Amino acid sequence: MAHFTKATSVKDWLDQRLAIVKVEKVMASEYWIPKNINFLWAMGMILAVTFSLLLVSGIFLLMYYQPNIDTAFYSVNYTIMREVDFGWLWRHVHGVAASVIFLIMYIHMFTGIYYGSYKKGREMIWLSGMLLFVTFSAEAFSGYMLPWGQMSYWAGMVITNLFAGGSLHADGLVEWIRGDYVPAQAFLSRFFMLHVILLPLAIMGLIGLHFAALRIPHVNNQDGEEIDFEAESKKYLAGDKAGSKVMRFGNDFMSKDMTIVGLYLVFFFYLVFYNYGFAMDPVNFDPADGLKTPAHIYPEWYFLWSYEILRPFSVDVGLIAFGFAQVIFFALPFLDRSPNAVAANRRGLFAIWFWVMLVNMIVLTAMGKLPPEGIYSTIGYVAALLFMAQWLVLPFITKFEKKV
Amino acid sequence: MKNKEPLIAVVVIFFSLVTYYLVEPYAHHVLHKEVISKNFAYADLPAITKTGDATRGQELLMGAGACVGCHSIEVAGIPATMTPHDAAAAYGVNPPDLSNMGVMYDEKFLADVIKNPSHAMMNEHMFDAEKGLMHPMPPFYGAGGDIDQEVADMVAYMQSISVTKEDVTPKMAYENACGRCHALEYEKWTQIGTHKNFKDKKDDLAYQIDFIKYKESITGFMGKLPPDLSMYIRSRGEHFISTFIEDPQAHLPGTSMPRVGVTADTAEKVIEYLKDAGDTKRVEREEIGQYVMIYIVIFAIFAFLWKRQVWKELH
Amino acid sequence: MKNNTRRGFMGKAFGAVAAVGAIGSLVAMKKTWDPLPSVKAAGFTTLDMSVYQENKLAVEKWRGKPIFVLKKTAAMVADQTEIQSVRDIVVDGAHYMVSIGLCTHLGCIPSYNANDKDFLCACHGGKFDYAGEVTKVPPPRGLDIPPFKIEGNTLVLGEKGPEYMKMKETGVTL
Repeated sequence: MAHFTKATSVKDWLDQRLAIVKVEKVMASEYWIPKNINFLWAMGMILAVTFSLLLVSGIFLLMYYQPNIDTAFYSVNYTIMREVDFGWLWRHVHGVAASVIFLIMYIHMFTGIYYGSYKKGREMIWLSGMLLFVTFSAEAFSGYMLPWGQMSYWAGMVITNLFAGGSLHADGLVEWIRGDYVPAQAFLSRFFMLHVILLPLAIMGLIGLHFAALRIPHVNNQDGEEIDFEAESKKYLAGDKAGSKVMRFGNDFMSKDMTIVGLYLVFFFYLVFYNYGFAMDPVNFDPADGLKTPAHIYPEWYFLWSYEILRPFSVDVGLIAFGFAQVIFFALPFLDRSPNAVAANRRGLFAIWFWVMLVNMIVLTAMGKLPPEGIYSTIGYVAALLFMAQWLVLPFITKFEKKV
Repeated sequence: MKNKEPLIAVVVIFFSLVTYYLVEPYAHHVLHKEVISKNFAYADLPAITKTGDATRGQELLMGAGACVGCHSIEVAGIPATMTPHDAAAAYGVNPPDLSNMGVMYDEKFLADVIKNPSHAMMNEHMFDAEKGLMHPMPPFYGAGGDIDQEVADMVAYMQSISVTKEDVTPKMAYENACGRCHALEYEKWTQIGTHKNFKDKKDDLAYQIDFIKYKESITGFMGKLPPDLSMYIRSRGEHFISTFIEDPQAHLPGTSMPRVGVTADTAEKVIEYLKDAGDTKRVEREEIGQYVMIYIVIFAIFAFLWKRQVWKELH
Repeated sequence: MKNNTRRGFMGKAFGAVAAVGAIGSLVAMKKTWDPLPSVKAAGFTTLDMSVYQENKLAVEKWRGKPIFVLKKTAAMVADQTEIQSVRDIVVDGAHYMVSIGLCTHLGCIPSYNANDKDFLCACHGGKFDYAGEVTKVPPPRGLDIPPFKIEGNTLVLGEKGPEYMKMKETGVTL
């Protein structure tokens, strides 16, 4: 048994039992961050803050939401929006945060791709991040079901139908997922369960994994420099703060994180109070009607690019392309054959690959929302083919990349 | 080394805004037909050229015009002869009370609706005399004199008995112009009146039966049950509702929704009522929003000052 | 070496600003827990007092709780002591015992015996007379009288009329 002495202070009392001094060092003051990074490295903190906002607002929504197909719409639009004090605020925060968190995730992912932060021991960071992305997608989709509006119902119908596998006609699987022939009570109840317990638990576990994956390789930096963290941290602790290449996470980088979070929150709350329409689709304010499909049906913006990859092809090819798009980002660390873990602009062809990928995904996103007619249809088709072609050429262009 | 952060910020913001522009304003511009308001001018309807005589108009309404056969005029002491659901069973929809028509509806519309109801309401596609489909409101063919003068008299009478424009409440506007076809559950409005809290379950069930009968009649008349409008302010938005009220056919050619012919003022009040129903906390949202924005800017400033202090030693 | 946990002045100032925000959001959270307007609006029950029979206990419901209504016979009214009679609610000339039908000990519902004209709480054996006064412990006090207002021959529970306010001031009920 450990030896305990009479505590000299509350801090000491806690330290003897919980080693708080050590924990604080490991988590903050001696968690070393390179200095040559920019505000894009604050996206992780922004995601953590946004996830916290989702968690808190979700808890308060849960107090009044009723997962019943007859009362769900009413409980959201009447009880929460009209009756509950500040119910509207929780709902707007929740809806806007759910949408904005994907914007930040995409920025976070493209930052990782641009700086090659998925290579040289950082593969697990990328993979756990991709798992988080997929789980968040499922969380967003299941949450979208809950208000039981027209878009909830028809998105539920269409997305679950994907599991029929086209010509495979796995209707049994679709019915198993729904627990009914159409999205009905069983469907709503189980997606409610997924949204409020199973998926959030998975997300929190994955966040732990994502952070843990960061400890050994440390975060990347914008110059692709290999920093000797041990030597540099000694330098810092010896007092040469300015000369060291690293800084403490707390409070050195934390203060910058908070500055970026502050700016982000200005943008976020502007959306919550004054421009929330993009995150709360008007069509979903019509109650679910299983006998009437809305004139235009489209997923939330963050799913549009993969939805567009599904759309221009015949059902089976479309499903294969869609499946490809869903998993291909996982393979990025293994398809990139280059040894260079540096910014894309120093990597020759890869720089072109990166910018084309970014622009093409925006094009796919736009085409996914526009009606699949005329020129939009053609653009979407070409963009979908280009998307796949880019992944096919990636191993080749990176293999012949010069070492920098 | 040069600070690249401003450039990076520009790139990030640029691509975010492009994406936003494409999936929101641009996509919605493509997806939804743009209907421009004509400010409730009803330019297609002829202007009233004669000066109406309210006294003469009253005689016509009560006598030769035969209006009170179907319409009540509560302020003139003429109550409805039938319950709403019986009236709907007879005519398809409960005919409106005429007490405040004069202030809520455009006078050109009122004149035209008396002479040719389905023309004024733009639902001629629903009624074809040759097939025996008559508009439930028969046209007024004149009482022997100058028909334009007679119609002007009737309009003048309706205007003379109305409350003033200022006294029209959003609730009155909704109930008169929309409420006989559209329920508004969140304001406890049904097409046959405000749904009271009955203490006795039997009374409630009796009310429900009347309500169901009314809905059946109007469903038969309109082709489908006109939707509940509780959340329309969020699902359709102010601009859509306003232009739809003004000219339903411009949005949905062939819709059985008639042009209701309300004035711009009445339409505004209807929209205000829909906001009360579906966007109840809008004033609170604006107010709280200001405080939160002020706070969060202060938060960001203090975070920046903290960062500046901490980072002084790092360079 | 400087103490690394020292945040400096700006760090403390920032912490204070953040704390203000956290407290502000707590206010919103507290208000979200408040009873809904519809719950509060439903907190009134109107009783038509003309329907009750003498010495027959009726149980009504108000704010989810059982409400005892006992119309007293002339003999019951005459037999009452001063302490008992101040608890009477007189509507249209008739005397009533109206109370929340929960034992003041731990909240069980006592049952009425019309022959003995008293209430017995089965949980811990407490007893009350027909006026609602305690006759046998453990209940610490007589049955609580809900806020009421007399309107003609009806009684509105949830509103505070002058008769109720008087009972409250004189300590007849809590």
